[in-house]
Amino acid sequence: MQSKSFIIETLQGDTGGRILIAVLLASCLIFPVFNLFVPESSVFHISTYLVTLFGKYLCFALLALALDLAWGYCGILSLGHGAFFALGGYGMGMYLMRQIGDRGVYGDPLLPDFMVFLNWTELPWYWNGFNNFGFAMLMAAFVPGLLAFVFGWLAFRSRVTGVYLSIILQALTYALMLAFFRNEMGFGGNNGLTDFKDIVGFNLQSDVTRAVLFVITGLILIFVYLFCRHIVKSKFGRVVVSIRDAESRMRFIGYKVENYKTSVFVLSALIAGIAGALYVPFVGIINPGEFAPLNSIEIVIWVAIGGRSTLYGAVLGAILVNYAKTRFTAVLPEVWLFALGGLFIFVTLFLPKGLVGFFSDVKEKMRKKA
Amino acid sequence: MQRVVLILSAVLVLFGLSGTLSTVDAQPEDILQAPSSLEEIVQSLATARRNEIPALVENIAELEDLRRRAFLESMLEGQIYFTREEQRVVRAVRIEDQFQISDSLTGEELGLVGTRAVGRVSVNNSLRRNLRLLIAGIDLEDEEPGIRLSAVEYLVSQAATESRELLLQLRSVESDDSVSLAIEEGLALVDLSSEDPLLRSAALDQLSGNLNNTIRNAIRQVAEGDPDPDVQAKAEDALSSIQNKVELYGYVQTLFFGLSLGSVLLLAAIGLAITFGVMGVINLAHGELIMLGAYTTYVVQQTFPNSIEVSLLIAVPAAFIVSGLFGIAIERGIIRFLYGRPLETLLATFGISLILQQLVRTVFSPQNRPVSNPDWMSGQWQLNEVLAFNYNRLYILIFCIIVFALLSLLLKKTRLGIEVRAVAQNRAMAKAIGVRSGWVDALTFGLGSGLAGIAGVALSQLTNVGPNLGQAYIVDSFMVVVFGGVGNLWGTFYGSFILGITNKIMEPWAGAVIAKILILVFIILFIQKQPKGLFPQKGRGMEE
Amino acid sequence: MSRFSKMFEGWRGERQWSAFSPEINSREFIDLSHGTLLYLENITVSFDGFKALDKLDLYIDKGELRCIIGANGAGKTTMMDVVTGKLRPDSGTAFLGQTVNLLNMSESEISEVGIGRKFQKPTVLENFSVFDNLELSLHADRSVKAALFARLTGEQRDRIEEVLEIIGLKTERERIAGNLSHGQKQWLEIGILLIQDPYLLLVDEPVAGMTVQETERTAELLTSLAGERSVVVVEHDMEFVRSIANIVTVLHQGSVLAEGTMNEIQEDPKVKEVYLGSTESSS
Repeated sequence: MQSKSFIIETLQGDTGGRILIAVLLASCLIFPVFNLFVPESSVFHISTYLVTLFGKYLCFALLALALDLAWGYCGILSLGHGAFFALGGYGMGMYLMRQIGDRGVYGDPLLPDFMVFLNWTELPWYWNGFNNFGFAMLMAAFVPGLLAFVFGWLAFRSRVTGVYLSIILQALTYALMLAFFRNEMGFGGNNGLTDFKDIVGFNLQSDVTRAVLFVITGLILIFVYLFCRHIVKSKFGRVVVSIRDAESRMRFIGYKVENYKTSVFVLSALIAGIAGALYVPFVGIINPGEFAPLNSIEIVIWVAIGGRSTLYGAVLGAILVNYAKTRFTAVLPEVWLFALGGLFIFVTLFLPKGLVGFFSDVKEKMRKKA
Repeated sequence: MQRVVLILSAVLVLFGLSGTLSTVDAQPEDILQAPSSLEEIVQSLATARRNEIPALVENIAELEDLRRRAFLESMLEGQIYFTREEQRVVRAVRIEDQFQISDSLTGEELGLVGTRAVGRVSVNNSLRRNLRLLIAGIDLEDEEPGIRLSAVEYLVSQAATESRELLLQLRSVESDDSVSLAIEEGLALVDLSSEDPLLRSAALDQLSGNLNNTIRNAIRQVAEGDPDPDVQAKAEDALSSIQNKVELYGYVQTLFFGLSLGSVLLLAAIGLAITFGVMGVINLAHGELIMLGAYTTYVVQQTFPNSIEVSLLIAVPAAFIVSGLFGIAIERGIIRFLYGRPLETLLATFGISLILQQLVRTVFSPQNRPVSNPDWMSGQWQLNEVLAFNYNRLYILIFCIIVFALLSLLLKKTRLGIEVRAVAQNRAMAKAIGVRSGWVDALTFGLGSGLAGIAGVALSQLTNVGPNLGQAYIVDSFMVVVFGGVGNLWGTFYGSFILGITNKIMEPWAGAVIAKILILVFIILFIQKQPKGLFPQKGRGMEE
Repeated sequence: MSRFSKMFEGWRGERQWSAFSPEINSREFIDLSHGTLLYLENITVSFDGFKALDKLDLYIDKGELRCIIGANGAGKTTMMDVVTGKLRPDSGTAFLGQTVNLLNMSESEISEVGIGRKFQKPTVLENFSVFDNLELSLHADRSVKAALFARLTGEQRDRIEEVLEIIGLKTERERIAGNLSHGQKQWLEIGILLIQDPYLLLVDEPVAGMTVQETERTAELLTSLAGERSVVVVEHDMEFVRSIANIVTVLHQGSVLAEGTMNEIQEDPKVKEVYLGSTESSS
């Protein structure tokens, strides 16, 4: 009862959020049911491919939500969120890798294939514990959070802001990419982690597992959305927005700006890590390519297109852009980069507030006319 | 000609080539029928038995026929065959399933024949060694000191003990300084293994500090196992002095590579220092403007395939114009609507970079394009045994400094430069005093972009030219500018070289990837400590 | 007490990482026994050789309303930057009371200890209502944790109403601050300072761009604040300065040129030479 009133209170005045949550809840019902219980011959059947695809989009939406929290509300334009996402993904990947057990090509009960291939004889210490699902998930969120804490604490304390911060974060993800490409790091080098078999005992390839993963991801997205909405409505959220708009004013009022920024940044990285962890079971692989600087910048464009500092805009943007990407790369692969590049320019020049801002402007005009 | 005889005979005797061997004075009845001309001896190879061949070869070497060296070389390379039908000795080069044959002495083309039509004049390993020695012996006569020098070096490296006599003889007739020096060194090297400790000791004196690899190994042997403790100690000293020298030159070499990397970074970053540093525009398409410069070089070379030597001279202004015009178009078309919104600029220019990358993929190809180095950019300047500067790196270093100097001059002395700085410092005020700021913005951005194009020309001489060329440099360039301090050209200058040298110093012990990561981490930490870079601009209200 | 806090200061000076330090309300340590609130001694700040402040000595008494005048570049804003922790001087000392060393503290710590600053350009939280502006500025726990779970108490609500009354924005309470007039923004910013209960208010050009009525209203507001707390006003408007100030300090080339009542200042030959003379010609 109390949680219900909490949700209502949190969504007060957030029409977009209410619609979003309704749609997400509906999807969580429709996708599994139409996938599992409607025969393949029926036109209403939703293929496992689509379930997986949209499951992936939900992970991206979660990632976009994370970035919107940092960028939209706190003005931290992170060009390194791909790194947090990938780190979370590696956390899940390590768990799934350990689950393979002796079913790998080399049949080693303890060591993943790539370690056997490198002639390693024992598991590196940091792989310990990843056979435990709970621990692995904790790490998938904790490690990105820790990185964000160390980085943010250093950066915000020295007042590294704006473009500088963006570029340094870009360098951070670039450095991590280089590092993860190395075999010596013990994360599978170039090939990353793949050939997963099952997750907490369920076969990853089965339709039911996919459907359940989809529902879990959808519910987590809803939960995180409500959580973020609650945060931005609290005094904390208002302080953070004020820091975005008038940093030195807040400093002279007595707020320790760096603590607030670090908190938001860490929170955002935690969510990104969770998104990465959820993403890996859908795609079945995690490799250093996820750290590519381009990925981090793409996240920004999702949020920008959807409309930043609205939360639901970020979710919308992530799903729309990725759907467009899937379509484009299937039909006209060369055109995708032109289209993406054009989108960047178009949105910054003509849609500074994103689609959400555009529609609310249109609505405003209509209302005035009427 | 006395000298020829002397030396050649010495070679033959000392190296124990053949008991049947002779000088010119030798009695002719030893060998077949005392053939008199090169043609005859060569021809006799076709029918000679395997064990007769060495003697024939020696005969060839003794003749005073200029063609003999080329023949012996061909023989060394296993290209001497005889035709089975005519029993004619020819030079043959295998082309797929056939042989391209030519006259072994005149080089006259004789057409293609099947593999069965010819038989090889057999050459075994001991003959090969002899051939090399004989060729070296011939080279000792050469007019060119350089050729004599390498011949001496070859002899010295081959068989130290036997060479002593020969070298002594050579010393008496050699006039060229560097050859004499090589002979002296050779002698000392031979002395290192002599019985007499005094000789060994004297040899060590002479060889101390010598960088030659053979000599270093010889001294190391002495240092490790000489019976005489004094000599051994001396050898150890000599060895350590050599090692110190090698180490020193190693540092110089590292420094050079560091400077070279720094010059590349500077070239890549200097345009950014203008657009980002002076104008405050974050241009993520900067890397792609560099890439366009590199592709311009490619196009220039394709357009004038016969003038590769001067292609770079054309490419530099061409790339400046191409990238500059692209830059002006970007500024006028997009960036000018985004002044004061750095994050939006960043996104829009990133979009441009994606489009430009895809553009070259579509227009040219997703694969790398070949850009050739002119001859004067290839090769290296060998200062000594352990130190060499690649010409391309050297020229790019010089070029980079020239570009930097010209740019500083441009900003300091010309009207445009003054206006650029005025707009950078106070846009409103500059406008008020009549600077057409829009025009200045466009030109400044064009200048920065043009510089990127020039960097592309230089990079085309060092790395692969492909659609991803720019991406590889964009992060580095920003790091340099941020590290050096925004708005300060000298900061960029020092920043590039410091980062370049640090990177190269770390590479040997950390590996290239780790070195790069460490540098990035270092810059990240440095920016925490010194958020405004090496050379911060100080002043009231700089923050707001 | 004083000895203990001195020890404390030294320790604070050493440490670099403020995020892990316990929250200290240094107000408890302020020692105003000598009646002087702010001590600036021998402060020098130079930018690339140019001395923005040159061995500046300045003392502000408890409850005083002080005006500081000076030509552009005389060092007024730089002085405020030093006091509020935005800028570290090359040399010199800055103390609040006998014991609190301002040079070891960050902006937020200085604000916590009781120095409020109004910027030259009015800076309010544009996206929030007047009420929210004051709520966020309330003297309260500034930590992240507190902000996450904060709920307004009745006491705090009353305090906000009180300040709204003082700055005359009671009827505007629900308006978004970005939509206020220029003068209202200035007052709101003063309100933002006021609600933090500071010992010292630094006010940079409060009446620039104000109408005559607004200026009068501001003069009243500032004089009413003094007494309870010290107020330092930097202003170019001589009429305004004359209307509010007891003591005026003239800065010139980074140090104090003259100090006294407005009349004394105007009679001062040095001031006539370098300042008043130049104002006449420039304005």
